[in-house]
Amino acid sequence: MKTFDYIRPTTISNAVAAAAAPGAAYLAGGTNLLDLMKGGITGPSRLVDVTRLPGLDRIERLPDGCIRIGALVRNADLAHDGDFAKSYPAIAEALLSGASAQLRNAATVGGNLLQRTRCSYFYDTASVCNKREPGTGCDAREGENRLHAVLGWSEACIATHPSDFCVPLVALDAVVEIEGRTGRREIPLEQLHRLPGDTPERESVLEPGDLIVGLRLPAEARTFAQHTRYLKIRERTSYAFAIVSAAAALRIEQGTVREARLALGGVAPKPWRAHAAEKTLTGARPDAAAFSRAAEAALADARPSGDNGFKIELAQRILVRALTLAALGTPQRISALPASPFSSVSGTL
Amino acid sequence: MSLSISLTVNGERRHVDLEDPRVTLLDLLRERLDLTGTKKGCDRGQCGACTVLVDGRRINSCMALAVSHDGADVLTIEGVARGDQLHPIQAAFIAHDGFQCGFCTPGQIMSAIGLIQEAQAGNDPERIREAMSGNLCRCGAYVGITDAVLDAQKSLAQADLRRSA
Repeated sequence: MKTFDYIRPTTISNAVAAAAAPGAAYLAGGTNLLDLMKGGITGPSRLVDVTRLPGLDRIERLPDGCIRIGALVRNADLAHDGDFAKSYPAIAEALLSGASAQLRNAATVGGNLLQRTRCSYFYDTASVCNKREPGTGCDAREGENRLHAVLGWSEACIATHPSDFCVPLVALDAVVEIEGRTGRREIPLEQLHRLPGDTPERESVLEPGDLIVGLRLPAEARTFAQHTRYLKIRERTSYAFAIVSAAAALRIEQGTVREARLALGGVAPKPWRAHAAEKTLTGARPDAAAFSRAAEAALADARPSGDNGFKIELAQRILVRALTLAALGTPQRISALPASPFSSVSGTL
Repeated sequence: MSLSISLTVNGERRHVDLEDPRVTLLDLLRERLDLTGTKKGCDRGQCGACTVLVDGRRINSCMALAVSHDGADVLTIEGVARGDQLHPIQAAFIAHDGFQCGFCTPGQIMSAIGLIQEAQAGNDPERIREAMSGNLCRCGAYVGITDAVLDAQKSLAQADLRRSA
């Protein structure tokens, strides 16, 4: 690991000023950053430790019905917050389907949004990678690429965004609160991540010094609580990243879908909201035919970036399954194997 | 750069001068405090051999910078038994053959203590397995590990009942 200066500011404005310098990076849970530093994939010259910044570790219900999640709330604490899990069950399930219990205890919700791809060529410093070293090429294109993107990719980069948490968040119109050199601003999560194009090294719209301080879900997000699921296909059923995943949220009134929210994970360089698919469900009866039409619409623009054509069919199937289970009703309790399509709800607490 | 930190490790206050900010909590425990019960397996947050409790929560100590944990309360495998009296989870791992070579065992036991405190898995073996998935065992003692966690959880709950009766 390259050495670095370590700074632990106690105010947000000091943190932003310290992190605006070239080569600086924020440290929170460290579960991704330290891994990248140990592997020599990234080597910040300054670490700005934000873990002691006050007021960022709270889950707050706002008077207008929104919920605000501080950026330093740990993944496990959010998933196990009883009221949160009841109001946003697909988000809690997505959180619990990611990583291990130890990592969920350390990782923060702010850091989750900015975690880097797990493309093995990005991680392998002996390979060329446009994201790691712009302009060098992409060894994934002719390599082992069955897990790579089928939506939103470019000739320069076919890596996927690895987050589970972001998938239901983007479906439910989460907003990201950012503190930067020019003050506070907010942007929809859907606009936080950039598609790779010719500049895959630029993964988000954040500027130097920008600090994610919180996430907000609009009041409307909890109106889907009765009919929502997050499902994830992995190569093993626990402690693995998604091959494909899907978040489905429905508002069903008198046997008709009034509103649908859909997003996909594991298939694109960013959490992938499926707007066109949502529209096909509005006013439809929640049945197999409608769900198939929606899944086809969600993957209409998909194309393989390598040996990964199977992901297009798989993503459609997991979307249909997520919609089917959502329509049946959100389970009272998250299943023993969170987000697994092979799990049933079992056990007593 | 000199960085001075202090932590409580197994109930004892420890002051450490770090010459280098790169020292992980794992290396601090093993190399500076001679607490080598916590194991270095992958050193990349994947195997769980380095699991310790920090402020009562299980984490991978290899993925934690020591300097960032200034002031923390750390519990390692060395702080679990009371003298010669094993912690109920240690006893259950022996009773149920929850290990073979033993390398992953300190991490397994610390993870199991964390799991029981989290109180999310209940008595469902599937939930126990899921909650222990961050601890790999290359010998494949998983069946014994699950039984040991279930058994220890039961005996701890019974001990709690006796105390409150």
